[in-house]
Order: sequence, then structure tokens, then C-alpha cells
Amino acid sequence: MKHAQPRIASIQSADLPESQRAAVLRAIEAHRERPGALLPILHAVQDALGYVPQESLSLIAHELNLTRAEVHGVVSFYHHFRSSPPGRHIVRLCRAEACQALGARALEAHAKKTLGIDFHETTGDGAITLEPVYCLGNCGCGPSLLIDSDKLHARVTPQVFDALVQQARAES
Amino acid sequence: MSAVQCVKVYVPRDAAALALGAESVATAIAAEARKRGIEIELVRNGSRGMFWLEPLVEVATRGGRIAYAPVKTADVTGLFDAKFLDGGAHALRVGAVAEIAYLKQQDRLTFARVGVIDPLSVEDYIAHGGYRGLTRALAMAPGEIVQQVTDSGLRGRGGAAFPAGIKWKTVLDTTSTQKYIVCNADEGDSGTFSDRMLMEGDPLCLIEGMTIAGAAVDATQGYIYLRSEYPHAYRALNAAIANAYTAGWLGTDIRGSGKRFDLEVRLGAGAYICGEETSLLDSLEGKRGQVRFKPPLPAIKGLFGQPTVINNVITLASVPIILYRAAEYYRDYGVGRSRGTLPIQLAGNLKHTGLVEKAFGVTLRELLYDYGGGSWSGRPIRAVQVGGPLGAYMPEAQFDTMLDYEAFAAVGAMLGHGGIVAFDDSVDMAEQARYAMEFCAVESCGKCTPCRIGSTRGVETIDKIRRGERVTENIAVVEDLCNTMKFGSLCALGGFTPYPVMSALKHFKEDFGPLPTHLEAAE
Repeated sequence: MKHAQPRIASIQSADLPESQRAAVLRAIEAHRERPGALLPILHAVQDALGYVPQESLSLIAHELNLTRAEVHGVVSFYHHFRSSPPGRHIVRLCRAEACQALGARALEAHAKKTLGIDFHETTGDGAITLEPVYCLGNCGCGPSLLIDSDKLHARVTPQVFDALVQQARAES
Repeated sequence: MSAVQCVKVYVPRDAAALALGAESVATAIAAEARKRGIEIELVRNGSRGMFWLEPLVEVATRGGRIAYAPVKTADVTGLFDAKFLDGGAHALRVGAVAEIAYLKQQDRLTFARVGVIDPLSVEDYIAHGGYRGLTRALAMAPGEIVQQVTDSGLRGRGGAAFPAGIKWKTVLDTTSTQKYIVCNADEGDSGTFSDRMLMEGDPLCLIEGMTIAGAAVDATQGYIYLRSEYPHAYRALNAAIANAYTAGWLGTDIRGSGKRFDLEVRLGAGAYICGEETSLLDSLEGKRGQVRFKPPLPAIKGLFGQPTVINNVITLASVPIILYRAAEYYRDYGVGRSRGTLPIQLAGNLKHTGLVEKAFGVTLRELLYDYGGGSWSGRPIRAVQVGGPLGAYMPEAQFDTMLDYEAFAAVGAMLGHGGIVAFDDSVDMAEQARYAMEFCAVESCGKCTPCRIGSTRGVETIDKIRRGERVTENIAVVEDLCNTMKFGSLCALGGFTPYPVMSALKHFKEDFGPLPTHLEAAE
């Protein structure tokens, strides 16, 4: 059973830097009145900060009158939400069947080898985080990958992959 | 206003076209036109759904729309030199779009406007037959609208193929003061992209379909639950919704009818299971996307505990034409109990991938070879997965199956959302079976044991088979696991993962053995 918590002006969200705290509060204020507000709030937090800091969960929970466990349960359920900062660019490589039929497995092996990382990891220079994705809806011209929020690429060969990574690194 | 009416040039903003370079082509065309002092109107349409031709640039000439494709940035100067704005000759000139056989032989009802119009323009939408269905619906009693949908024979296009009219009737018959229309736009099946193409190429059609659904069951609020992997569709939907509000087609008093309908887009967060309707509802409520027990049905107790119509994008987007042209018009397409058309998605290793909307009844072979043009690699097509990651792998012997829900069920396959993924003979079917289990393990919501644990045990056991460990016994274990998952899972994820696994075992048993010999065989 939930019970009403006293509304304290500043809930102790230890170690959440002030700038992050402000961003989280903005996200909460922008969406709290919407039914089912938690997902829109988490999206807004991640859009602003690049991830959903563990230290922000108590604050979100308090403001929505949820438990921290409930918020943690939601954040950890969805693949999209990150609990740690990503590299400067996120490369999402499609692993699904339509891309497999066009060489996605070889591309995946190439990507991991050349970047020297596995999925969910970030290169040593902090440039690239590699994530798997299960379909980008570009199944007619795979293998596909998505860089950052909306840069979708089709027919990605290992050579094209290297060029895209080089370009992303140069963008800083 | 210039004295001469400026030429309309169409460059798609569809995500697949963008992935193939459409944005830089559009920029180059605009720049070249400016440089030459030619005034053009650049329209960013959806895709016609012929991906081997993307980016496909169209020019509106006196003789109709002429296509040039596939256009690269480097081709743009040459196109202007060849007077492509007048339909001039050029190596990339494909000719009149409407005459391209791939398109001409289709039955484009739901996709009639995709690739044709400016997706965000309410005016263009109406000029091409848009909002006539809603206009007719607004003059009808709710029960009459539902009857039209029932009579059309429309079944859920998300995969389950449940009759849409029955769902709507159930919601209409409830007495709640707050009902919802929810669009399932969590198109997570690999090999499917028709929802995405429609939302990017004709979002108003979905908006109109949802508004009609609202009028049909007395629901005033709609949500589109869109997967976060579709950023382009998100932008298109939000822009189209804003334009529909401005033009009075959404909001408190739709076109003076006294009916209210509000609509908003909600983003998912990368969970395949949220394509399952009850998980989706939990996710919309801000929770973990876990499957609910049924009953109660969402139609009785759905979003926030209220009666809810939840349908797939294509189901809802097929409603406007049913209301506009009447139920019989739609019902007269198709075969058996599969009425109307299905937007089929040709994907994977095919030469001519894209979108083919056809009346039910076309065969898999026609789609793979007549439309698809055979494999992209030039090697024989060995296996085809229809219906996404939970669909069966079909061998050549089943290619004459016609697209019909019952015909597919009869051969142990499923049509699902109409995605067709072709594999050539380099495919290792044991690897595909392993992936099916792995995918289920990654995406399981964890609520029920057969799905959560069975999938992981499935991966391990198939690995043993591939290592050559006690192959016969371990195949028996996989079959037993599949049986438990099929009959013991709460939803289709655990329940249908056995389809790709068992079909691979049944039709491609030669691949299930020690790995090294097989690798040699594949090379």
C-alpha cells in the first residue's frame, strides 16, 4: 500500500549534481500532469542528460508518489533507458532476422572487433557506445544501423561501418 | 507568385529513403535549382515502397509524375542538364511512376496516398480522398459505424487477425463514461515496416481511422503508442496531429459535429513485448510492460481500467476507406475469411524489397519471385520467415501457400503482420533457431516461467546440438521445451517462439548437427 509522503521541498537525492537535478525537475514539471507520466518523464530526463542517473530515481519517485523500487523497476525494464552515461555517439546495430539475411552477423563481429568492445560498452576514447537493436524498420535494405537519435543508415558493409565510425569520431 | 507555375519535385522523407541518402539529394536539388534561378516546389513525400529505387525522385509533368531513380547527389547536376524538370531523357529515368509494374499490379487501398501526397498537408490529404470516411461516419450512429467495420470483414492486422468489428462492438456496448482508442504502433517484428511507412507517408490516414473509431464507440481520447526506434515517424505523427487540430479535424468539436476526439503520441522504450496489447497498456500507464492475464479483455477493462479499443496501425488506417467506399467495397477483395488487402513487406535477401499491398490470395511464390525478383545475392532462396521473429520458417515446398490467415495456419505457419524475410542458401537454420530462442530470452517480460526460463534453456540446448553433443537426445529436449513454451506461456512471445524453432527443425533438420561439418557445407 502506498501512503502519502510528506512533501518536503528538497528530497535528499544524494550526489545528484545541481544541474542534473534542475533538468530532472524540469522533466517532471513538463509531464507530471499527464496520465501515465513516468515514461514521458524518463524520456525527457534521458533526452536532457543522455541517461537516467541512479541518483535521480528517489526524486522522481517522490514527485510522482511512487516508491524508488517502482521507478527502478521501470527504468531497468526498458532497453532504451540507460543508467550510465553513453559515449559521445551511440551506434545501434540491428541484430534482427531481415538484417541477418543480408550479413548483419558478419557486420556485428566486425563492429565488435574494430571497436574493441562488446554490446553495451563504450570505446576507450569515449567516442562510441555500441548497442544492439532489434529492428529499425529498415528491413528492405539491411544491414541497418542508427547513429544517435535519428541518423539511419542502410546496406551497411564493414567498409561503410568504418567510414561512419570515423566520421562520428571526427564530429567529436 | 511567379508567372509560370513552379514545378513540383518529390523527394521522399521516408526513413528508408533517408537511410539511402534522400536528404542530401533533396538538399542538392534545392541548391541546384537556386543556382540556376529555377523555382521549384520541393515536396517531401512518403516512399512508394520500392527500395531498390530509393531515393526515387519524381517530377510532376504535364504527362503525369515521372520518376528518376535511384538518384545520388552526384547525379543532380546531370539531371538538371537533361531537363528532368520537363521529364527529359536521362539514364536514371524510370518513366511514369504509375506505370511501374511493381506498383501497377498492386491493390493499394490503405496505401493509396503513401508516396503520393505531402504527408503533413491536410489540404493535400483531402484532395486525395482523405476525411471522406470520417465525414460519412460523423453522420452515422455509432452502431452503424461499427456495423460497417464488421461487414467489411476487417481483421486485426497486427498479427492476431481478430475481427475488428467485434472488438469495437464490445467497447460500444460498455457504459463507461471514459473510453479510449489506442493504436499499437510498436511495430517490433523484424521484416515489417508497413506501419512505419504509413505513419511517415500518410499519418493523417491513421489519425482519421482513430477518430472514426472514437466516434464509433464514444471514446474521446486516443493514444498512439509508438516504438522509440521510429524517430522519423514520431516527428511526422506529431506534425500531422498539430495540423489536424489547426484544421478542426481533432479537438472539442470536430468540424461542427459536436464530437470530441483528442490524440497524442506516446513513445515506447525499446521493449518488444510492448507490442503485445496488454503489455502495451501497462507501458502506457507508466509501468513495466508486463503481460496481463485475460480476461478481463482490454475492450472491457483496458487502459486505466477503462474500455479500450486497441488496434494495430494498419487496422485503423484501413477504416477510412471502408467508411468512405462502404464495407462491401473492401470486403470484395480477398479470399475466404481473409477479406480486403494486406500491405505485405518484402524484406531480407530479395532483389526488389518493398511494400506490396495486395488482396489476400496472392501466393508466397508470386511475392518472392514476381515482385521480389528472387534473391538479392543471386543464390537460391532456401527459407522464408513470414510473420516476424515468432513466425515459422517456410521451405521452398511451401512457397505455393497463398496469403490467407487460414491457409497459413493449415501449414503450421502464420501470416502475422505480413512481413516476409527471405534467406538464401547460405543460411544456417540451427543458428536461426538459436536466435529465435535468444531473442525470446532478451525480450521476455519475465512474468511466466516457460518463456523466461525456457528460452534460455533453449539457447543452451541448441548450442549443445551445434557442438555435436548427444544430438538426438538434445533435439528431443528442444522439442519438449517448445511444447512447454507453446502451451504454458501467457502470451504470444513465449507461445510462438516455438514456431521458428520447430519449423527450422522440421524442414531443415540437416542443419542440426555438429557445427564444423555444417560450416563447410555452407561455404
